[in-house]
Amino acid sequence: MFRMTFCMRQRHVLNGLTLMLCAAIAPVAAAGTLKATLIVPADDPRLERSRLERAYLGHTGGPATDGLQVALDEGKFELGAAGAAVTLSVVNAATPEAARAAAQAAEKAGASVLLTDLGTDATLAVADAVKLPVLNLGDSADRLRQQDCRPRLFHLLPSERMRADALAQTLVSRKWSKLLMLVGSSPQDQLRAATAQASIKRYGLQLVATKPFKLSADPRERDLANPLLLTAGATYDAVWVVDSDGEFARSLPYRIVLPRPVVGDGGLVALAWHAQFERYGAPQVSRRFAKATKRPMTDHDWAAWMGGKALIAIATSEPKGPNAAWAQAVAKTPVDGSKGGNLSFRPWDGQLRQPMLLTDGQGVISQAPIEGLLHPTDVLDTLGADAPEKLCKATR
Amino acid sequence: MTFSMNLSPAVPAKAGIQHRRTSWIPAFAGMTAWALAALCGPAHAQGTAYVSSEKDDALTMIDLATLTVKGTVPTCKRGRHIQLTPDRKIMVACTDSNAADLIDPATGKSLRRIPLGDEPEAFDLSPDGKTIYVSNEDEAETSFIDAASGKTLQSIKVGQEPEGVKVSADGKTLYVTSEVASLVHVIDVATAKITKNVKVGKRPRRMAITPDGKELWVTNELDASVSIVATATHTVVGTLKFEVKGARAQDITPVGILMTRDGKRAFVALGKANHVAFVDVASRKVSNLVLVGKRAWNVALDKAEAKLLVVNGLSDDVTVVDVPGAKAIKSIPVGRVPYGVAIVE
Repeated sequence: MFRMTFCMRQRHVLNGLTLMLCAAIAPVAAAGTLKATLIVPADDPRLERSRLERAYLGHTGGPATDGLQVALDEGKFELGAAGAAVTLSVVNAATPEAARAAAQAAEKAGASVLLTDLGTDATLAVADAVKLPVLNLGDSADRLRQQDCRPRLFHLLPSERMRADALAQTLVSRKWSKLLMLVGSSPQDQLRAATAQASIKRYGLQLVATKPFKLSADPRERDLANPLLLTAGATYDAVWVVDSDGEFARSLPYRIVLPRPVVGDGGLVALAWHAQFERYGAPQVSRRFAKATKRPMTDHDWAAWMGGKALIAIATSEPKGPNAAWAQAVAKTPVDGSKGGNLSFRPWDGQLRQPMLLTDGQGVISQAPIEGLLHPTDVLDTLGADAPEKLCKATR
Repeated sequence: MTFSMNLSPAVPAKAGIQHRRTSWIPAFAGMTAWALAALCGPAHAQGTAYVSSEKDDALTMIDLATLTVKGTVPTCKRGRHIQLTPDRKIMVACTDSNAADLIDPATGKSLRRIPLGDEPEAFDLSPDGKTIYVSNEDEAETSFIDAASGKTLQSIKVGQEPEGVKVSADGKTLYVTSEVASLVHVIDVATAKITKNVKVGKRPRRMAITPDGKELWVTNELDASVSIVATATHTVVGTLKFEVKGARAQDITPVGILMTRDGKRAFVALGKANHVAFVDVASRKVSNLVLVGKRAWNVALDKAEAKLLVVNGLSDDVTVVDVPGAKAIKSIPVGRVPYGVAIVE
């Protein structure tokens, strides 16, 4: 009944757009093929070699196609058994306008689902351009889940707030309640610091002081740049560093004036995934990824892989489609993320609920939600914006 | 979580670890006359449970009369699935050694190692014991291995993360679960070909076949359920959903499954719900739920079917359940990340 077609990693150049086709399993009758289009940035600065080599925790580790490809490859049997098929094409977009045009072109060409690994504005441009479900693989911005949420926009990567809540819960479980916060100067740092402060407040932790830091060797700026001076003159149980760039946070542990742990973007970091996670079949996933891509699986890779898993889940739940059925299926089809349970999208903001891993970069130290935490319906909803907060006004 | 309770107290656990680290022969030599008497008397008749654990490269031996650890048997690396061969030897699959270890329970020594291909997890044996059917986790393959020579006779591509392996009583049909594809592959042993893929619940794990051969029961780890497959048609004819008071559906993750010899009752370990379910097979209804250790994983019954041993993956212990009373009677500390158990009587 089925004809196996192996991945075609051929690159076609169409009107300046790069297209990569990959069919997992194509039944002889191709009527029910779920066509997905991934839109990624052109000349993505996150993928520059010097950036990738630093491998900062929480940063992109490689192209989103890597995780998607691994998921589609491993889904062959499941798709074949259901008589379903998925194809993926990839389009580059340099600007939000280009992303909007790419999304419209994909919709016109019959795409069933769009996936994005774009910045916040470009993600919104895509979501506003089409009537298709859009899976956001790589942007953790809270505003996409809150004031700028969209009815058909789903998020695989945890939000910044989920990361901050996971860390705050962990600090509660350790009884490290007095915190000194060091914050970088970028607008993103300011936003993320506000998110972290809200989590600190929510979990009843105490912020002793918040100080700005600056990467500098200028002796006149040592109060802003020297970790010893930055962390002196206060008592605290831990230092929470907010550093979206990563360079300052990386070398902060062991350089502060008190013998205290560092958390946030250095020291202990809350992520969706780490290649050393040992439970729930996770090592097999990380091994398959490393085998296929020759690099360790990061949290961004997990989100991209989950995007592929979501495509397979909706394609097998409705093998014949059509697009309308697949669009409906996204919200109601649980996906197995090898993190110990079925994961589903929150109906109020489209965020994938999921456990978080706390890592020092070497291994997985613990998980959130922390043990003993209670929630009226689902303890995973203690991480990130919960339904009663009504932060997303879009109706789904 | 209110239900996550570890029955084993901390102090005996420590004592157990110390005991394990002494090799089993000195442990015998150091035994009191009372213990020796117990071992040679009725206790011996009661037998020994061998527990594999993923982080010890050893099996822990539990004396079934005294319900205490009596020693360890060194084995290959990352021991997982363990079962008895038709000639009453212990076979354990070691994922990190790519081999099975065959252990003689009479001497507690390894007889030989049998290559099982890359990353073997679970296996079953042909009724004559001559062929080992094994799931090779990373390669996503099921291999047929000649038990005598260790030669791979067949390798069949299956869905990702194959786990449970079960052969029919007549030896003609092989069932393998794929955790990622949520399928049971039906394999014709004679031709070594997949004849059907049966869609079951999410993340299927382990299987049991009713003694009349008519039903295949499959645990679905991420569906809090067992899928019941009719072997005549290879279609799902029923689904048994589990509910545990105080546990949410996502915390009920069934894995290990076993049936009594008469096929009237099934035992299902409910994983993160920390319970084992007693199921009436005919009515497909849960009759009892027994609280055991953390992440109840695989299970085994003694010959009298009076004691059920439940391996608890996250509390490093084995809970002994009194079957007639449907009650946990003791939790015994064993190795690190225990996986499976086999009983020799």
